[in-house]
Amino acid sequence: MSTSSQLPEQQSAPIHERRSFLGALFAIVGGVVSATLAVPLIRFATYPLRATAGGTSWSDVGKMDEFTSLTAPVARTIQVERVDGWRSSFAQNAVYIVPLGAGKLKVLSSVCPHLGCTVRWVDKQGQFVCPCHGGIFTESGALVHGPPLRAMDSLQTKVENGMLKVRFEYFREQVSDKEPMA
Amino acid sequence: MSNTKHPATSETTKANPAWVKWLDRRTGIRSLLHEALDEPIPGGARWAYVFGSGLLYLFLSQIVTGIFLTLYYVPSSDHAHTTVAYISKVVSSGLFVRSVHAYGASAIIILLILHISQTLLYGSYKGRRDLLWLSGCVLLALMLGMAFTGYLLPWDEKSYFASAIGTNLIGEVPLIGPPMQELLRGGMQMGTLTVSRFFVLHVFILPGLLFAFIATHIFLFRKKGAAGPIQEDPYTPKLPTQGFYPRQVAMDMVASLFIVLALALVAHFLPIDLGPRANPADTSYIPRPEWYYVPMFQWLKIVSGRWSLIGGIFLPAFLALLFAAIPFLDRGRERRPWRRPVVVASFVIFIGSYVALGVASHRDDASDPSVASQLALQNQAEINYMHQPFQAQATSGTTSAALATSNPLVTKGATIYEAQSCSACHGENGTGTAAAPALVGIDRKYSADQLAHLLHHFSPKMVQGGMPAVDLDPADTDALVAYLRSLK
Ligand code: FES
Repeated sequence: MSTSSQLPEQQSAPIHERRSFLGALFAIVGGVVSATLAVPLIRFATYPLRATAGGTSWSDVGKMDEFTSLTAPVARTIQVERVDGWRSSFAQNAVYIVPLGAGKLKVLSSVCPHLGCTVRWVDKQGQFVCPCHGGIFTESGALVHGPPLRAMDSLQTKVENGMLKVRFEYFREQVSDKEPMA
Repeated sequence: MSNTKHPATSETTKANPAWVKWLDRRTGIRSLLHEALDEPIPGGARWAYVFGSGLLYLFLSQIVTGIFLTLYYVPSSDHAHTTVAYISKVVSSGLFVRSVHAYGASAIIILLILHISQTLLYGSYKGRRDLLWLSGCVLLALMLGMAFTGYLLPWDEKSYFASAIGTNLIGEVPLIGPPMQELLRGGMQMGTLTVSRFFVLHVFILPGLLFAFIATHIFLFRKKGAAGPIQEDPYTPKLPTQGFYPRQVAMDMVASLFIVLALALVAHFLPIDLGPRANPADTSYIPRPEWYYVPMFQWLKIVSGRWSLIGGIFLPAFLALLFAAIPFLDRGRERRPWRRPVVVASFVIFIGSYVALGVASHRDDASDPSVASQLALQNQAEINYMHQPFQAQATSGTTSAALATSNPLVTKGATIYEAQSCSACHGENGTGTAAAPALVGIDRKYSADQLAHLLHHFSPKMVQGGMPAVDLDPADTDALVAYLRSLK
């Protein structure tokens, strides 16, 4: 840069052209700068919107061989992991493993579809009985009578390396259709 | 000043769109802008002047990225590391944002060195700019404080041990050192209170002071005006001037663009590592500070022992004072560096020694095989940790945690508690609901036998409350009682 008494801006040069060039330069610089920083920052702040919901985790029920010779439903307590951001907590829930014959089985939630009490398997009766308002279900969980509006809720299962896994969910109470609660 | 009326002024008055006029009538924005942009620079714009606005730009970037990081960060020794790991491994662009913030600190240090070198070599502190220089010294100290306090916050091995050493150093200062150290740590040891204190300093107090001193610095700079090149007179500038806008603005913007791109590239391709969580019991860990503190660290190693007080505390303090006093010591009108040999040579020697100390530290580490292997190990541990998937922090106090440590009878009782739907009314873990009281702490009210009896022979209150009958054999009753009495 020269230090003569006539510095560039003091010349009567076509100011308009130079200014529009500068305007373009500033726009480009500003655009690049804001994009490099703004895009990651927006993604960063909105991450929770894209994070997969925490309720989709699978819980271990037990080894498959334990259940192959079942003749009546058995209860198992499962650990359900709930992920909340960077922390996780375990809640315990009871489920029933119900034999369907021919080595097949299904897993029922023990949460009563009426008001959420824990339904009990009563061996003597060969039925599921809810202690709160007397809802009664068959051995496979179908509604017999009582205030509940639907059968006991079955849960998604899968077998991995001989381990029976279940995806525990809560369903809406007091409705006749099984609707998962978000 | 050779030009009082900038061409831009007359130009913009004509071409202003209606909304600018609308805004201007209410805010006077136009004169404000002209005040800001028409700052005359004697001798014209130069690349050598871009460091100040580069620093301002970086400071703003640190503020913005810092605010965003706080969306996920939790300042406690329990959660700090987990949340930083969550940011680095899970959150979209998290590693990038954290890297820009962490490398931004290094970038600020680099620009500070360049900004100070330019000021010193150009003698720009002359011409009643002593307060301007002093406010800059405060800003330097505040920025070093920001770097120091921010470094601890991830609470990984390296940040923990580096901060432990840094705070130990404060304890070395005679008289005020030990209480200062305890105050800063929030106790004798580093712990969760230390994280809180460093967080408050890093996020509230130091940034607040930075804002105030940056404002002061800019105000004082505008008051005395730009000093211009080395041949310019510091008191009464004689060279023809050029407005800050557009040339210097353009140069500053190009410099800022360069800084952003450099930061973004480094952050993207060499993202910052997070080490394993700090383990204060790890005695084999060899701490190493951030690169800009390494020479200081090496110096302390050299003067340790008999000279530690003089060399480690008094000499640095004396040098800092000397540095702050430069405008009061070098008072002539002469600005050309070769005519001010003492100041310039001292500065060059200082920088040279600082670099040499850093090099010496690296050589020492590399030449000692046990140190070198341990440092390599620590580095590998960081890389390994970064490759592990994120593990959510299990919250303590859940049934599972309690059950894992309890006896099998209690575990069985917990299952019965669930299966009998006791939890439906008495709440999970006996915490109580609207329908029935909490059972926590019931062991203080009833013995095991009393509880077992009560379960089969309800009190009037239990009958009134509508508690359903408990149908259990004695073994199950014992288990349930054991569980109930374990509820704390
Ligand atoms: S809750 Fe099960 S019958 Fe009412």
